Amino acid sequence: MKQNNIILIGNGMVGYKFCEKMISKSHNFNITVFGEESRRAYDRVHLSEFFNGKSSEDLSLCTKQWYSDSGIELYLNDPIVRIDRNNKIVYSAKGKQLTYDYLIIATGSAPFVPSIPGIDKDGVFVYRTIDDLKKIHTYASSAKKGTVIGGGLLGLEAAKALIDLELEEAHVVEFAPRLMPRQIDDQASGILQTQLKNLGLQIFLNKETIQIEGEDRIQSLQFRDGSNLKTEMLIISAGIRPRDKLAKDCGLEVGSRGGVIVNEYMQTSDSAVFAIGECALFDDSIYGLVAPGYEMADVVVNKLIGNPKTFKGFDMSTKLKLIGVDVASFGDPFIAEPYSRTIVFENKLRGIYKRMNISNDGKHLLGGILIGDASAYNLLLQTVTNKILLPPNPEDLIIEATEKKSSGIGVTNLPDDALICSCEGVTKGTICSAVTDLKCESVDAIKKCTKAGTGCGGCVPMLKDLMLHTMKLNGKYVRNVVCEHFDLSRQELYDLIKIHKLDNYNDVLDNLGKGDGCEICKPLVSSLLASIWNDMILKKGNDTSQDSNDRYLANIQRGGSYSVVPRIPGGEVTPDKLIVIGNVAKKYGLYTKITGGQRIDMFGAHMNDLPFIWEELIAAGFESGHAYGKGLRTVKSCVGSTWCRFGLHDSVSFAIQIEERYKGLRAPHKYKSAVSGCIRECAEAQSKDFGIIATEKGWNLYVCGNGGSKPQHAQLLASDIDSETCIRYIDRFLMFYIKTADPLTRTATWLNKMEGGIDYLRNVILNDSLNMAKQWEDEMNQFVQSYACEWKAAIEDPQIRKRFNHFVNAPEEKDPSVKFEEMRGQKKVANWSTVTV
Amino acid sequence: METIVTETTWFAACRVEDVVENGGVCVKYENQQIALFYFTRRNEWYATQNECPHRKQMALSRGLLGSTDDDLKVACPFHKKTFSIRTGECLSGDECSLETFPVKVENGIVYIQVPLNN
Repeated sequence: MKQNNIILIGNGMVGYKFCEKMISKSHNFNITVFGEESRRAYDRVHLSEFFNGKSSEDLSLCTKQWYSDSGIELYLNDPIVRIDRNNKIVYSAKGKQLTYDYLIIATGSAPFVPSIPGIDKDGVFVYRTIDDLKKIHTYASSAKKGTVIGGGLLGLEAAKALIDLELEEAHVVEFAPRLMPRQIDDQASGILQTQLKNLGLQIFLNKETIQIEGEDRIQSLQFRDGSNLKTEMLIISAGIRPRDKLAKDCGLEVGSRGGVIVNEYMQTSDSAVFAIGECALFDDSIYGLVAPGYEMADVVVNKLIGNPKTFKGFDMSTKLKLIGVDVASFGDPFIAEPYSRTIVFENKLRGIYKRMNISNDGKHLLGGILIGDASAYNLLLQTVTNKILLPPNPEDLIIEATEKKSSGIGVTNLPDDALICSCEGVTKGTICSAVTDLKCESVDAIKKCTKAGTGCGGCVPMLKDLMLHTMKLNGKYVRNVVCEHFDLSRQELYDLIKIHKLDNYNDVLDNLGKGDGCEICKPLVSSLLASIWNDMILKKGNDTSQDSNDRYLANIQRGGSYSVVPRIPGGEVTPDKLIVIGNVAKKYGLYTKITGGQRIDMFGAHMNDLPFIWEELIAAGFESGHAYGKGLRTVKSCVGSTWCRFGLHDSVSFAIQIEERYKGLRAPHKYKSAVSGCIRECAEAQSKDFGIIATEKGWNLYVCGNGGSKPQHAQLLASDIDSETCIRYIDRFLMFYIKTADPLTRTATWLNKMEGGIDYLRNVILNDSLNMAKQWEDEMNQFVQSYACEWKAAIEDPQIRKRFNHFVNAPEEKDPSVKFEEMRGQKKVANWSTVTV
Repeated sequence: METIVTETTWFAACRVEDVVENGGVCVKYENQQIALFYFTRRNEWYATQNECPHRKQMALSRGLLGSTDDDLKVACPFHKKTFSIRTGECLSGDECSLETFPVKVENGIVYIQVPLNN
């Protein structure tokens, strides 16, 4: 059978999506792709992540082999220069001539560069390709002030890049009286400006640039109103223009303001030629987002294989995080009286603005804007697109969303054709049937099977809700079970391991589980075994079920080296021990840094060196710091009454006593502690899993605080207690936590989920309402008595030591792929975040 | 159809007792690093490239072994991307995959079959 030839001009995101969709539907076409850039198709949506360390390889949409594996001929660095429609031939810049049966133009768009005098000076850039970004990156090293012309979506992205490049000043200049004029209103722009100013961006509105001044290099911008702005580099982001020259040259119809005119099948005025993506003009509109481009690609694929599908325009709602600020606009964001009634909520203190445009009869949501908190975006968008009836108090939809998740409309109310993932065009019906018919019972399985959630990832929380909801509908009892190998919750496993006296992973799996285990249940069971029996964690049979860091008793770092953290209880260390750390670090070439937990971290150790390093540290009296384990990290202390003129009690001695007591005790997650000698709280005890603050009469004990991404203050559990009572309460608190918390749950989250909250916890710990206090204290005492340093045990056991050789058949050789560079007189990891092309 | 014949060779990697039970070790072959896995529970052996293609880290031999449905997998210690150790296919939805090598055990010695570099 004769195969039809498809030639695709343009290797951007939409072009790539066309290829992906085409080969998944039919193998009756030969596909040839011509790209102008030297790189394979890459993710332009996340282009700015290039400045956060992503390489162009990371941004690639597929592997090198993907094209050949898929039978696609790819010519990079070779743009098409002419189309001969009469003979159906294209000509490439490098002289290739190919005939086509179908031609697809996906040339995208180019940045619009206004003809301002001086625009060709050095230091003026556009923001479109990886090459543009590399030029900006290089130039930025010699600039302190940078400016972006254009306060639209892409302009603000570019401004973020200037901040990321650590310029001292970053400015945005916009011609319109507000930021993002196409997406948000004046009031929203006001809130956004305040937020962006706080982050170090200067915003200039109503400014028309008439001249770019400077010798060869740009030095300043001259505005129409007579003012000017000094700047050493400039990024132009004044909109896009569809790249339609090829189409125009070969006589295809184009719009008066650019764009290849297409019908609902994406066909141009020549029915064998299609245009998709940002170069296509449909119904007088250019669609400058990736999702409608993907939809266009899908329409062409369907047309070519004979399925009737048409392009019906596309919802241009967007949600993004701009420099850490949520910005979303959906439906018709601007419609106002007399065509609709609006509800506006503004909180200048927290930088939040929300607007809902509601039909005059109050029944339907027409559109709106969210700044500062876009958590309600998905549901609001679904409410618009599916014309869901609004609840009687529609304001609850935007006001309650910040406080609690519940609102009048949930995923359950959506119709089956509701679009959940707009990047990949996946509906609720498709996702639910994947759960029911294809037994996708994890988010990963759904992603794999439907592709939903693989684009921007914004719909993943909805995927999970839909999955749980569908499973419940199907009569599945949804429990928090560990994984496919254990149909039990963590707490059930804890009890069963204890009752059956199981002490190694294989026995636990054989008796209580099925299959061969996985990366979820192995570390979890290992942690339970460690909490319950306190055996050396690398005991034979349990070594390979430990999480990687526990298995090597060290934290794996970028590049494959490890870090070494000896315990320094309470942060107190003698000069002699400091000298030992210095000598060891020097001898093994380690980078040293003081940690937030008042101890010293040594980075960059080869796996082979770990036992030798620890041998020396242990000989000098150090022990493992368990920085690699889910267990006690540090007990931080202020200097306390021994030195401080304000100190009430000896906080250092108490911190050391506590750290020595709980060191090595494994738990569902890491936990930290601190002791402050007075209410000034220099040790920051209220940000710890348990924190102790001295009072005139004794100690106040606070629990369940944490720092991290969602900081939470610890809450007062007991006040004015003596040292002995304090330790008894901590014993009970930790045992209760270890026994009942879900895997990888910090104490703060554990408490948040606990019914009855801190009052219930206080009743359990202080009043012994569960009648468990005695047992927990006994178990803790047993644990404390049986403590032994894991590293000491490891270096004394030749079988365990052997596991630190990188090569099994070349034990002396270190991993040659571990490489370092120098920075500020120490070493750092080479080649992870640097640009590799 | 054109059939491509690649010449291969078996090389002796190590002894059975050198390999950790239900875990992996890294084997050096010329300039390559190969991850060798001993699935003791099932008495099965597998070998793949040691480099995780996700972040290009030489780490798979230090990963956790496991199963999902009927497939056997290894999870990279860096970001827990999982790969089938039978086929090399990425099971976490990424486009990358691993090179795999046949393994045999004779008289207590573990052999790995690798392509010959001409």
